[in-house]
Amino acid sequence: MPENLEATRESAPMLRVEGLRKSYPTPQGRIPVLRGVDFTLDAGASLALTGESGSGKSTLLHLVGALDDADSGEVILDGVALTLLSEHARAAIRREKIGVVFQQFNLIPSLTVAENLSFQAHLGGRYDAAWQKELTHRLGLAELSARYPEELSGGQQQRVAIGRALAVRPKLLLADEPTGNLDEATGDKVMSLALDLVAATGCAFLMATHSERLAARLQRRVRLDSGVLAAQ
Amino acid sequence: MRETFWTLAALISHWRRRPGNLATLVLGLAIATALWSGVQALNAQARKSYDAATAAISGGGGRTLLASRGGLFDQDLFVKLRRAGVEVSPVLEGAAQIGEQHIHIIGVEPVSLPRHSPIAHSRRRAEVLEDFFSDRGRAFAAPQTLRRLDLAEGAQPRTARGRQLPPLAALAEAPPGAVVVDIGVAQRLLDRPGKLSRLVIVDDEALDEDRLKRVAGDALRLVASNDESELSRLTDSFHLNLTAFGFLAFLVGLFIVHAAYGLAFEQRLPTLRTLRALGVAGPNLVAAMTLEIAVLTCVAGGAGVIGGYAIAQTLLPDVAKSLESLYGAQISESLAPDARWGLSGLVMAGAGAVLAAASGLIKALRLPPLSVARPIAWRAAHHRYLRRQAALAVLALVAAACAYRFGEGVASGFAVIGFSLLAAALFLPVALAGVLALGERLARRPLARWFFADGRQEISGLSLALMALLIALAANIGVGGMVEGFRQTFLRWLDARLVAEIYFEAATPADARDIESWARAQPDIVAILPVWRARTRIGEWPVDVVGMTPHETYTAHFPLIEAAPDVWIALFAQDGVLVSEQLARRLGVGLGATLDIPTSTQDWRARIVGVFPDYGNPKGQLRIDHEKLKRYFDDASGVHYSLRVASKATTRVVENMQRRFGGKVARLVDQSEIKALSTEIFERTFAVTTALNTLTLIVSGVALFASLLTLSDMQQARIAPVWALGATRRELAGLEMIRVIAFAAGAAVLATPLGLFMTWSLVAIVNVAAFGWRLPFQMFPTQWLVVFLIALCAAFFAALVPVARLARAAPTELLKVFSNER
Amino acid sequence: MSADRPNGSRECIGSAISRRSALLLALSSSGALAQGFGELGANRPGFAIPQPGTPLVFPKDHGAHPDFGAEWWYLTANLTGADGASYGVQWTLFRFALAPNSTRAGWDDRNVWMAHAAATNAGEHLFAQKFARGGIGQAGVEATPFRAYVDDWLLETRDDSAGAGIERLRVSAGDKNFAYALDLTATGPIVLQGEGGYSRKSEAGQASYYYSQPFFTADGSVSIHGRKTQASGRAWMDREWSSQPLGPDQKGWDWFALHFDGGAKLMLYRMRSVKAAPYLFGNWIDANGATSPVAREDIAIAPLETTRIADRAVPTRWRVQFESRGVDIETRPLNPRSWMGTEPAYWEGPIRFSGSHEGEGYLEMTGY
Repeated sequence: MPENLEATRESAPMLRVEGLRKSYPTPQGRIPVLRGVDFTLDAGASLALTGESGSGKSTLLHLVGALDDADSGEVILDGVALTLLSEHARAAIRREKIGVVFQQFNLIPSLTVAENLSFQAHLGGRYDAAWQKELTHRLGLAELSARYPEELSGGQQQRVAIGRALAVRPKLLLADEPTGNLDEATGDKVMSLALDLVAATGCAFLMATHSERLAARLQRRVRLDSGVLAAQ
Repeated sequence: MRETFWTLAALISHWRRRPGNLATLVLGLAIATALWSGVQALNAQARKSYDAATAAISGGGGRTLLASRGGLFDQDLFVKLRRAGVEVSPVLEGAAQIGEQHIHIIGVEPVSLPRHSPIAHSRRRAEVLEDFFSDRGRAFAAPQTLRRLDLAEGAQPRTARGRQLPPLAALAEAPPGAVVVDIGVAQRLLDRPGKLSRLVIVDDEALDEDRLKRVAGDALRLVASNDESELSRLTDSFHLNLTAFGFLAFLVGLFIVHAAYGLAFEQRLPTLRTLRALGVAGPNLVAAMTLEIAVLTCVAGGAGVIGGYAIAQTLLPDVAKSLESLYGAQISESLAPDARWGLSGLVMAGAGAVLAAASGLIKALRLPPLSVARPIAWRAAHHRYLRRQAALAVLALVAAACAYRFGEGVASGFAVIGFSLLAAALFLPVALAGVLALGERLARRPLARWFFADGRQEISGLSLALMALLIALAANIGVGGMVEGFRQTFLRWLDARLVAEIYFEAATPADARDIESWARAQPDIVAILPVWRARTRIGEWPVDVVGMTPHETYTAHFPLIEAAPDVWIALFAQDGVLVSEQLARRLGVGLGATLDIPTSTQDWRARIVGVFPDYGNPKGQLRIDHEKLKRYFDDASGVHYSLRVASKATTRVVENMQRRFGGKVARLVDQSEIKALSTEIFERTFAVTTALNTLTLIVSGVALFASLLTLSDMQQARIAPVWALGATRRELAGLEMIRVIAFAAGAAVLATPLGLFMTWSLVAIVNVAAFGWRLPFQMFPTQWLVVFLIALCAAFFAALVPVARLARAAPTELLKVFSNER
Repeated sequence: MSADRPNGSRECIGSAISRRSALLLALSSSGALAQGFGELGANRPGFAIPQPGTPLVFPKDHGAHPDFGAEWWYLTANLTGADGASYGVQWTLFRFALAPNSTRAGWDDRNVWMAHAAATNAGEHLFAQKFARGGIGQAGVEATPFRAYVDDWLLETRDDSAGAGIERLRVSAGDKNFAYALDLTATGPIVLQGEGGYSRKSEAGQASYYYSQPFFTADGSVSIHGRKTQASGRAWMDREWSSQPLGPDQKGWDWFALHFDGGAKLMLYRMRSVKAAPYLFGNWIDANGATSPVAREDIAIAPLETTRIADRAVPTRWRVQFESRGVDIETRPLNPRSWMGTEPAYWEGPIRFSGSHEGEGYLEMTGY
């Protein structure tokens, strides 16, 4: 583990998060959620983010995923500081460099499995038929490709979501409680598949989860507590 | 571009899964466009026919010379102008009757006719010329006119006055409803030797007012071609009327579109969020949605334009007959597709679709890529929504008041009506919410409380459909009340006005004298009353002057709106004159005012001693003493008479006259015939209005159906918990039905006063501006009851399918709500 | 050179001549003047035919002859302006009868009147035309007092005395671009053309009644594009009526009216035929009005130069030889572009001539 940390300092990390702060307005005033978060993640490395419900895991993931704005601090992905980018450029980063797997799968219900799988790749102009085929195969979705999401089980849907996220060969894969809606056995299977594919693509992998068991399967893990990271 | 394409593909894939939703959306847009473009097609057709009528002779765009006093003028004026170097071409127009059909005779002079005139320019010009100059002559009519007259080429029908037409020939360039003949032939056919009705100016720049005055004195006046057409001026209000109803129907159609698009938006909201999360920028998302709307516009708008064509074709005969009987305007009954109204239909469809989808687009633009759960938002949003509705309602009400206070004419009348309807529609959800809140407070049983509370939540979803229903119902009550009130007033007025038993028109004044002396000797004939006519022009308005003789027929029956105490003495013994309501209004004069009436020789200063209603007459009318008419107007017709006949002798007298005088009587009708004719004219006038009104109601029914269908999807989410807690599906479905019917009933209740207000606006503002007469305001409670029942039925049938779906929903469907909840 | 010019109505000549083609010619641009005249005087039943030996009677014959199919009043003038420039003016009125006994009351009248007017200087040739129906007072010709008119174009007597002929006339016409008004005074007698006014037009016997008044002096004003100039000079009036067509093969003519500086006049025309040699005819009028017909073998005319105008090649310079009188002259137009773009279209304009003799006149060429 220390070797790894050493290594990240030497070469430029894929993701660097520095002093990230975020608060939300409520009728009772602003409530801080993140109070200065710092960490780095190399290409091919994986990091689990654990913490209590409401500890700010999702918020951190959203900021890293260029889905939301931080109050202060910096997210640098592949050498690009996201906070400095326009809305348009951030949308482009999302299309091309980031894959996201949501707890709710968030598939497009009116598209078939095959269409969902290739959708983001098409959107980002990074469609690669061979890779698409391989993905479909490795995720065991070949049989299901003409179905609609509502005709799939939860595990199948999450597999599609993972495939969609990786179809663009992202630099960074984000997963927010990816197995939260799945039973344990299915969740484990999906997790294995995801880790295999992450290893195959060599992207950085950041996952938020409240499950210590799941977190243990990643290379590193950090715990978010009261808005700051506590290394474990 | 790539991003937009794939986004669009994802958006459109939705319709694949929801063809019903797509159908509603397309249908709504298509119906709205169809009604709008149908009305546009009718108007365009009519305008084209008016233009064709003028342009066939003048070639359009030019100016013409008309008699200053209106009516005809001597041919010598034409010669005088030509000899002074003014290039003009003479035209004589007039009406004739062939069998039962009225035709418009147009006499032209082919040698001087402008080169660009379509008749002169037709490929058969040489034939036209040759035929005109041949001794037999030639009469040209458009093919559809020949069909209407049921005559073949070469036929030589006789007019009711017994004049034989030259052999007919088809000429596409001839204006619809008209027969074009040589000027000399027209003078003979119309019995107007040496008379002309206008001069077309050939060389446009050569004549100004001064030069005209130097040559022709003030006998002629120069009129620009566009406002020359008295026809288009007279019919303007008719067309505005049509346009207003078309627009109303369009608005109601838009409610459907809005409801359907709203549904689609709600259903696609998660997809939109996912798309944002996957890296679609907000503006690109909106671009894709706009593109989608454009595609829909083309498809649905295109279908709508085609539908509009069908509607126009169906309504055209009625419109044509109304225009003909009301204004004597001839409309071609074969509808030609025109790119202009097709395009206007598409533009309206696009504008309507964008308008209907605007809120969705704005939401999409602001849509954050993250879904933030806001469970508490509903109540606050509902209150905001109601507050906004109320504010908008007040704004619309202010606009209505402004239109009433500052506007003028038909347009302002419709603006008042439009804004009032809008205000009421906007206020409707507020009122319903109030009633439901009250119900919630008063309800004891939990299911009843839920019924009211849940109803409030449903309002915003249903409100648009309810608003559409309200508007349609109000329009039905309003227009129905106006038409029925008019019908009753009109029939009463006809009874009072048509007292004489027989009306006839002699072929010539000499014939009239023969008939007159015969009539005096008939024991059956109690009185023979000359009703001679002359034409003049007061200000800009053509006015008919009609003579009256002192007789009980008038003094005891002639309906007057206002009269001086000595009205009949003043009329027959002094310089008194009766003016029609329309004329009084146009001239802005009333009882006691003096009027300078141009006569054949000079102006005659008369005093207005009475105002009489003259429904259905687009022209102004003056009634004066018969002796004065003879004295002042040397061109008085001298052929129109009424006969008072002993009871039951009418048929005998008519037969005797026909047998004895034959062709000397140009027209002979008894009272019942003329009443039937007038009533028919009346019915035709409102046939189109009624048809559009019914269509509007049907559309609003569809809107309600679409909205309920929309809601039924979301319903499950609301109903499932109640179901889970122990209510039966049947119970819940029943409650849902009751709620929809109650909403419709609420709309109908609000529609009644609104409809009454609309009747009042139509009667007091629109009719006065459009036709010049004001009807008494009447109320017809049975109509309201009918409309109320219609509303309930519409609601019942619209709710039937969604409610049945709910009643039969499988438990698993309802359970999904819990497993799938987001 | 003009044989290939498309002309839809040529086939009709002589055979199926109908009122229709007559009207087409009168009112459309599809015919040449020669054919126009020919067809309008076509052999139609019911119309009178010119007979040799019929004496002309004045002033009656100054008026219209409704028994005949076609008729014209033709005035041309060569003028010199106060500005020293040369001008020419033309005033022409045609009557075409669409049925025999064409003069009837009101709109039943079957005469169509056509008028052409033009004003020419070296730089401009401006023209206008008018059409009118007879019977209602818009156009017509009355013999006593003499009055010919269409709309505001006039050729009428200046004499109030009864029985006055055409000794003293005034003429006026114009449109937006040009206008003229001249007083005309005859300084010599009326000249009968042909055999006492009976003028043969072809070997086949087509003929018309034809007389001229070539001895007018003219005095008045000419305006061109609004610039008005006092002008005076000489004028020539032609009168002709007939019902007979040209020969079926005749396609146009070249007509000269020449004022010799010595006071003599020469009327000369050449009927061109597609088949036969041109039919030449001339009349020498000496200064006191005595006439002598020109023998056909005694004259020769030949084009020297053509001008391209309105898509046609029109000969505008001519050599005219008249051996027995020692005349060998060359004519030049004042304005070679004196094209009458009327319906029908033709060339008509003032000319000057020089050579054995000097003088001026008018040239009219149809059927090119």
